[in-house]
Amino acid sequence: MIQIKDLHKSYHMGSNSLHVLKGINFDVKEGELVSIMGSSGSGKSTLLNILGMLDEADEGQYILDDVPIKKLNEKIAAKYRNEFLGFIFQSFNLINYKSALDNVSMPLYYKGIKRKERTERAMHYLEKVGLGDWSHHLPSELSGGQKQRVAIARALASDPKVLLADEPTGALDTKTSYEVMELIQGINDEGKTILVVTHEHDIAQMTKRIVNLKDGLIIDDSKVEQIRASQHV
Amino acid sequence: MFDIERWQEIFETLSKNKLRTFLTGLSVASGIFILVILLGFSKGIENGVKSQFEQDATNLITVWTGVTTKEYKGLNPGRYIQMKNENFDRISQKYEDNIEYETSLYSIWGAEISYQNETGNYRVRGAMPDHQFIENADMEYGRFVNQSDLNDNRKVAVIGRRLKQDLFKDEDPIDKNISIFGVNFKVIGVFVDPGGEREEQQAYIPLTTSQKVFNAGDNIRNILFTVKMSDNFDEAVALSQNMSNAVESDLKLMHTVSPDDTSAIRVFNTLEEAKQIYGLIDMIRYVFWFVGIFTIVAGVVGVGNIMLIIVKERTKEIGIRKALGALPMSIIGMILQEAIFVTMFAGLFGLIFGLGLLEVVGPQIESDFIKYPQVDFNIALSAVFILVFAGTLAGFIPAYRAAKIKPIVALRDE
Repeated sequence: MIQIKDLHKSYHMGSNSLHVLKGINFDVKEGELVSIMGSSGSGKSTLLNILGMLDEADEGQYILDDVPIKKLNEKIAAKYRNEFLGFIFQSFNLINYKSALDNVSMPLYYKGIKRKERTERAMHYLEKVGLGDWSHHLPSELSGGQKQRVAIARALASDPKVLLADEPTGALDTKTSYEVMELIQGINDEGKTILVVTHEHDIAQMTKRIVNLKDGLIIDDSKVEQIRASQHV
Repeated sequence: MFDIERWQEIFETLSKNKLRTFLTGLSVASGIFILVILLGFSKGIENGVKSQFEQDATNLITVWTGVTTKEYKGLNPGRYIQMKNENFDRISQKYEDNIEYETSLYSIWGAEISYQNETGNYRVRGAMPDHQFIENADMEYGRFVNQSDLNDNRKVAVIGRRLKQDLFKDEDPIDKNISIFGVNFKVIGVFVDPGGEREEQQAYIPLTTSQKVFNAGDNIRNILFTVKMSDNFDEAVALSQNMSNAVESDLKLMHTVSPDDTSAIRVFNTLEEAKQIYGLIDMIRYVFWFVGIFTIVAGVVGVGNIMLIIVKERTKEIGIRKALGALPMSIIGMILQEAIFVTMFAGLFGLIFGLGLLEVVGPQIESDFIKYPQVDFNIALSAVFILVFAGTLAGFIPAYRAAKIKPIVALRDE
């Protein structure tokens, strides 16, 4: 599903240049649940941003679902993001003046789907994350865990190939974190490829594979025995 | 632009951000509203001042005579200069091409006029048919003096509305006989004069009749004529000025009056006076426009400022939308379409409200100097479009920049 070869990325700040990714190689197969770990500054968020086409690599190859991702203009990037990817952010990033339902139907709007079908599909995903009764609430009326569920429903709405989660549990307490991870595991069980960036070991243990980053290089990439979040809830 | 889905999205955004929408709209609507009111009152003042000078045709040249003050060609000062019919005829012929209306007058002040038991002292003027147009008099009943009245020396009179009220009360005066100094005249018409009651307290009779009845021979008191107006006001003033100078020197030549004698023959040119009034009106108009334009500028700056804030406030939202697959153009389009819709709607609202206020309040203003305040609808509409266009332009730059921001940067924005 994802193939990465020799990925480099530097940031330039004035005369200083910061080499963040120093040649990353890794593949993700369909249906995998991978966590990317590392201390802050290890380059894990940068890697995720490149995977999410929110940022572009300086060098190297990135192939997503047999499509080489390079030299993207804004238009194509937007199209690919909409088609291939679903994002889950640490700070949820819901649009605060839109109801849960409208937030979830947003990617469908940009896909050009008509309102009636949009609403139906958004409702289906909201029910899937257990928030069917909350569809007309604004994000400000929801708890952190509920907000993240809305965000997950939104990420799923456009039926992407890959879900990218950047510290999805970073703003949540342990119990809620496990509930969110349970949801993510459930989605993975249905065959969706998911990448999770985290620095929490217990969260990483709930995935099927841990990639450890340090100073812009992968120092460890190993499969783990998945711990089901439902055991903790 | 005509995508229903897009409009639904915009209406949703607007209705969920009522305060922001309201404030943007308010600044636009109030700008247009103030402009409309200002322009309306400027027009009202213009109308008011114009109507003050409407009582007489504004391009009127009046000639009257007095006593010479300077010795000239052996003639002593202190001579009274008496104009004759031939003076009028000569001038009438010589300037035929430039003259619009012309009349000579023979006036009697304080003539005793009576009808049955009612008697009063009024001014009686012998006049020619054109005098009606020179005075801007309208006929309420009957007709004015005509050429055959003059030819046949008919004893007919046209009386002012006020005079009619004094003598006839509610009676119909037409074809009734009034006596002027004991001579019977048949009333043929009643006139109203925009100059007011004083002008309506007089009677007109044919010039020739007046000269016969009052034993004036071929004497005349005044010559009045109007000069054809050209479209260009300055040209009209120049022509009128030349005419009055030429007429003055012609008459001085005919009556052997020193060219620098200013009191024997006097020619008064109302256009010169009107020029000052028009100058004043222009000045008022400039002041109102000046204020109005700066109101619009302030409105544009206000809209631009709000657009800037809106875009800034929505940076994160823009990042989210981009992460979800929004195209940069759709982001710019969304922000601009929203801005155009709000400014246009609010602008038209301000326009209609302002026009409505002028429509309602305008006729109730009872001031001689403000009449019928009104606005050229096209000007007001262009002001709305300018505001919308400028507001859009002011919104486009931040919208364009926001759409260019990488989503990752926009998402980090707090």
